[in-house]
Amino acid sequence: MESPETTQNWYLLLSTVLFSIGVMGVLFRRNALIILMCIELMLNAVNLLLVSFSAYSGNTEGQVFVFFIMVVAAAEVAVGLALMVSIYRNIGSIDINVLNKLKW
Amino acid sequence: MSSQLIFYILSALSIVSALFVVFSRSPIYSVLSLIVCFFSIAGHYVMLNAQFLAIVHIIVYAGAIMVLMLFTVMLLNLNKSTEPHKTNLTKIMAIVSGGLLMLTLLASIKAEKLGVYKAPEVSDIGYVQNVGMKLFTDFLLPFEISSVLFVSAMIAAVVLAKKERN
Repeated sequence: MESPETTQNWYLLLSTVLFSIGVMGVLFRRNALIILMCIELMLNAVNLLLVSFSAYSGNTEGQVFVFFIMVVAAAEVAVGLALMVSIYRNIGSIDINVLNKLKW
Repeated sequence: MSSQLIFYILSALSIVSALFVVFSRSPIYSVLSLIVCFFSIAGHYVMLNAQFLAIVHIIVYAGAIMVLMLFTVMLLNLNKSTEPHKTNLTKIMAIVSGGLLMLTLLASIKAEKLGVYKAPEVSDIGYVQNVGMKLFTDFLLPFEISSVLFVSAMIAAVVLAKKERN
């Protein structure tokens, strides 16, 4: 690394690692709640990438996009958790291997 | 130089806590380490001169979403004994495929000649007035539509979580 300041490549690296950890979590766990949390992790990796591009190119619009992604994430979590409570009430588990009625 | 040190510390914190989210046995520890991860990402936002987004991130994620998650974990009575586990083969496959995805993305970053941006010395693009100006002029229609989205999400959550009467 030439310049002493943090270059943007480090932010690209960090976002990639966080996104991959999120994907790995979705494949790794069977608890539907933790899968939802890993999706949040992936959304946050993308948010970090957008903010870093916004900051390094001096453009505000990336931050507005991040704002809208947060809005959608909040709505998604509210609906997802309501679904999970409803599933737990009917089936008694949120193990995704139990929810195989739609599997071919 | 010190900003770089802060960057390394925050990055290590966020990656380690993200790994704890995936690998911890009990769901409650996953939620708590996800909160740590969100706080470190908020620290990154402050480092990137996005103060408004950092505050919104803490309020929305740590304040609202994670409290909701924590309540759901306690409501559903999830703990270590009820935690389902995949077979070892599936776990290894998950780790390998996640690692392969990371390798592919890193290789594509390395192959792409990105323009090297220098961060501006003094930047005010993350201030509330600039973000708000952009939000209420160029992005006014999406802003209003997102309120409709919130109303529909609220109604959907109430309808879905309501107990059926039969």
